[in-house]
Amino acid sequence: MNSARKKDLVMLVFALVLYGVLQMMISTKVIGSFWELNIILICVNVIMSVSLNLINGYTGQFSLGHAGFMAIGAYVGVVATVKFGLPLIVALIMGAIAAGCLGFLIGLPTLRLRGDYLAIATLGLGEIIRIVIMNIDYVGGAAGFKGIPHLTNFTWVFFVMLVTLFFIKNFVNSSHGRACIAIRENEIAAEAMGVNTTKYKVMAFTLGAAFAGVAGGLFAHQFYLISPTSFTFLSSFNYLIMVVMGGMGSITGSIAGAFVVTFISAALASFPEVRMIIYALALILMMFYRPQGLFGYMELTNVGPIKKFLDKVSGSKEVI
Amino acid sequence: MADTKPLLETENVSEVFGGLKAVSDFNIYINRGELIGLIGPNGAGKTTAFNLITGVYKPTTGEITFDGKSIVGLKPYEITQRGIARTFQNIRLFSELSVLDNVKIAYHCHVKYGLLETVFRMGRYFGEEKSIEDEALNLLKIFKLEEHAYEVAKNLPYGAQRRLEIARALAAKPKLLLLDEPAAGMNPQETQELMEMIRWIRKQFGLTVLLIEHDMALVMGICERIYVLEYGMIIADGTPSDIQNDPEVIRAYLGAEAIN
Ligand SMILES: Nc1ncnc2c1ncn2[C@@H]1O[C@H](COP(=O)(O)OP(=O)(O)OP(=O)(O)O)[C@@H](O)[C@H]1O
Ligand SMILES: [Mg+2]
Repeated sequence: MNSARKKDLVMLVFALVLYGVLQMMISTKVIGSFWELNIILICVNVIMSVSLNLINGYTGQFSLGHAGFMAIGAYVGVVATVKFGLPLIVALIMGAIAAGCLGFLIGLPTLRLRGDYLAIATLGLGEIIRIVIMNIDYVGGAAGFKGIPHLTNFTWVFFVMLVTLFFIKNFVNSSHGRACIAIRENEIAAEAMGVNTTKYKVMAFTLGAAFAGVAGGLFAHQFYLISPTSFTFLSSFNYLIMVVMGGMGSITGSIAGAFVVTFISAALASFPEVRMIIYALALILMMFYRPQGLFGYMELTNVGPIKKFLDKVSGSKEVI
Repeated sequence: MADTKPLLETENVSEVFGGLKAVSDFNIYINRGELIGLIGPNGAGKTTAFNLITGVYKPTTGEITFDGKSIVGLKPYEITQRGIARTFQNIRLFSELSVLDNVKIAYHCHVKYGLLETVFRMGRYFGEEKSIEDEALNLLKIFKLEEHAYEVAKNLPYGAQRRLEIARALAAKPKLLLLDEPAAGMNPQETQELMEMIRWIRKQFGLTVLLIEHDMALVMGICERIYVLEYGMIIADGTPSDIQNDPEVIRAYLGAEAIN
């Protein structure tokens, strides 16, 4: 077994231990239902922020419509389970495919736009998706979709999150990922080095959308009711904040961003007035003192002692 | 036989920006293995000629043939895949990435593993990644950059950044290498070393090279043939000694008074 696989294995063991501890605390009610819900939301938000990071952070394409793809995954998922009686896993895959296809169709024309224009276009498209859903009576329209079975639990979200992290980590640490990063760094040079920039922008956008679809499916089956208001541009904005706060171009950063943002809003849930102030203040301080985000381009697995430990276990200095 | 034909040939290529003819009736040929210079005063259209060859601009008129096939209308990445790589006059590195990653990216079009092999890290993934890393480190060694391999590219000294651009272009495994003022901003000693390096890599990699340069000594020292461009038109071509004695060239460079 080579060193990269050994490092993956160490991370997996660590993740399983974390899962075991949290699951035990949940089943023994040490963690109550409020925090259980928030842990589940953190995992869903990690999927959202990491997949958005693939588009915004790694490929450098400013997308602001991520909640739209989440909505597609959510609605396709609940239709699959409620109307067709399909199991959750199938619902998640269908949601991913639907969101991915839509991402592909939207990405193809809009990714020709740059910077602010792309941001505005994706923001608009995210809203269009929501408004279209709002006008489909089959899925409950503006009132929302009721009677969703509670199929999501901590185990589901945790392991789907792990798969997502594994997928995106391996993607960005490959020639495909390097092509995306090259586009972010210098599009003209990337093209001159043989990178089909359109292909990789669309690929990142499609993959990101597909994972947002998965997150949407998990999110929907946590609640009895979902409505289009859960997927407004404000939630897209929220995912963007997680990515920016954690660091554009760091998976660890996206995890940290999802954790911090979800945790702060949960901890301050009973003080809604201060919540927004603290939120805004945190962001302003961040922009002043750490504009590259908590992690910048760094990964926790490459930080001093952790890297040393992983290198020792795997017997190689290779980056994973 | 394809091999006796020029590797690159341009026929009556011209490029018009608004009303400005940046390049007109541009006719050059480059045989396999040659090291050719392209010189001319500021604004003569040299970089524009590179941009036309590499597909950054589509020629307003004319035909460009590379390796026996027309490359007009291809995207820059397709032209790179066909075997033309370049450097930029105003350095365009992936400045936030490590020196090693800068080079690794350029292997992109030679990577064969697909998305599934990437995500599950099976099949060709590890083998190819290993050989990319080895080859990239080897290129860095050639360009005396190996001790900077894990530094961020933007922190390199200027001369090293120029060398990194060439190393990166070579990683794309081109047949034809286009260098846009590779010695710009270098001191005489660095320039001298660069010249030797260019000569050496040409032999080592069996390359054909087209080089834009302002430094006359450099061009005269290493090029076998030289094209001189002025106001978008070729005003002279020939061996370095032909060019040195060409009255048109002297006029273009020193002004009309110098001749009288
Ligand atoms: N994209 C563009 N749009 C309009 N004009 C351009 C463009 N690119 C170049 N030009 C003009 O075309 C002419 C040739 O420019 P080019 O950069 O090719 O010159 P050059 O020979 O490389 O000069 P230098 O030695 O300064 O690098 C100049 O007058 C320049 O202003
Ligand atoms: Mg120029």
